Amino acid sequence: MAVPLTVEFSGGLETLFNNTRSIKLSLARSDGSDSPPTVADLVVHLCAKVMTDKRSELFVIDGFHVRPGILVLINDADWELEGEEDYVIQPGDQILFASTLHGG
Amino acid sequence: MPQPREPAQPPSTCIVPPRSVPLSTTCELCHNRKPYLRRPKTGQKICQPCFFHVFETEIHNTITSRKLFYRGERVALGASGGKDSTVLAYVLKVLNERYDYGVEFVLLSIDEGIKGYRDDSLETVKRNKQQYDMALEIVSYKELYDDWSMDDIVAQIGNRNNCTYCGVFRRQALDRGAQKLGIKHVVTGHNADDMAETVLMNLLRGDTARLDRCTAIITQSADSPVKRSKPLKYAYEKEIVLYAHYKKLDYFSTECIYSPEAFRGTARALIKNLETVRPSAIIDIIRSGETFALERKSGGARLKELKLRTCERCGYISSNRICKACVLLEGLNAGRAAVQVNGAEDEPAEGLALHKRLEHLSF
Repeated sequence: MAVPLTVEFSGGLETLFNNTRSIKLSLARSDGSDSPPTVADLVVHLCAKVMTDKRSELFVIDGFHVRPGILVLINDADWELEGEEDYVIQPGDQILFASTLHGG
Repeated sequence: MPQPREPAQPPSTCIVPPRSVPLSTTCELCHNRKPYLRRPKTGQKICQPCFFHVFETEIHNTITSRKLFYRGERVALGASGGKDSTVLAYVLKVLNERYDYGVEFVLLSIDEGIKGYRDDSLETVKRNKQQYDMALEIVSYKELYDDWSMDDIVAQIGNRNNCTYCGVFRRQALDRGAQKLGIKHVVTGHNADDMAETVLMNLLRGDTARLDRCTAIITQSADSPVKRSKPLKYAYEKEIVLYAHYKKLDYFSTECIYSPEAFRGTARALIKNLETVRPSAIIDIIRSGETFALERKSGGARLKELKLRTCERCGYISSNRICKACVLLEGLNAGRAAVQVNGAEDEPAEGLALHKRLEHLSF
């Protein structure tokens, strides 16, 4: 089951994604099953298909875990309130990855 | 007489009006709205209006409890166009109006002369000037330091010690900019993560002299006529970024194009990893830094003996015969002359000699 969503990058993270600030995509589960995808599936997809910079360690560490210091907002809410990587993506969701690691 | 705090009541005895949302999913402060974030400092899940209120009020409390400003004071705000200084400018404007501090804030920006980095962020500062209705002063390395921009410096010395140059030059440039404006106080956007990172770095380096004072909210060093303060010292970077995002503040985010200090980067990554497993770690590290009681040996006495004098070259206040900026400039100018006369061969020796001299200077 593919789910349409919007993904945004900010705080300098856009430089890893060809300076794109916002993309729309349709996402299915990475294991091929029919259940709806989670944020973990999204991160795998972004690393494999969307990221243009080769330094994936600036986005994920220890496999496909979002690097500490990168905030994830699901429909503007802190992903810590939504189950983080286990959050099941709903159609039309807006997911923002914002780096706090860049200079102020 | 203060009442002893009541133990938490079991839910059955709480008087709560019926709501369409379960209590467990409402803001832990107003119990009314949907929570939008978890505060790293407290673990509380709170809504946007409550977040704005606590974030601003904590900064206000820092300002008043530490008496950072006085009525009628003119204060320069070190503005880079990045998230921290933009949030600082916005919040100080809000608080100055809300609590009537009676302080005049002026934006002060340094143009290091780094193409593709500083020129873009300065455009943001120019918009902030309009948005926050503050005066703006820009001072450049090129005008202060014998026509050297950071791009020129890196072209000459390479990519290794450039942060040293930039650090020394920026510090003095902020002072000179403030003096140009007749201002004796500069506030900077250093946040809690920056503070924790600095404590950790000083600890890991065994730099006990700095460890002792790096958490001070107001700093005034012997070789500077201008005091510095850090109103965002207790504000988490996460909350600063969320505040800027929810308030839709106009800021610029990019990394300096020249290689950053590897040691600082490693300390930074460590802080962020610690925050993931224990969010209060950042504020706890600052607390540790503030309460370290270090045994005074000869170092403390030596500091007091340092006499204030002026640099023989530029007349600027310095703790040495020649100020740090002029020492660096001397090396750069000698290098430039050497390049013009001999080509680049003499340059590494010059750099080494300069480094030796720097090691003997007290920072």
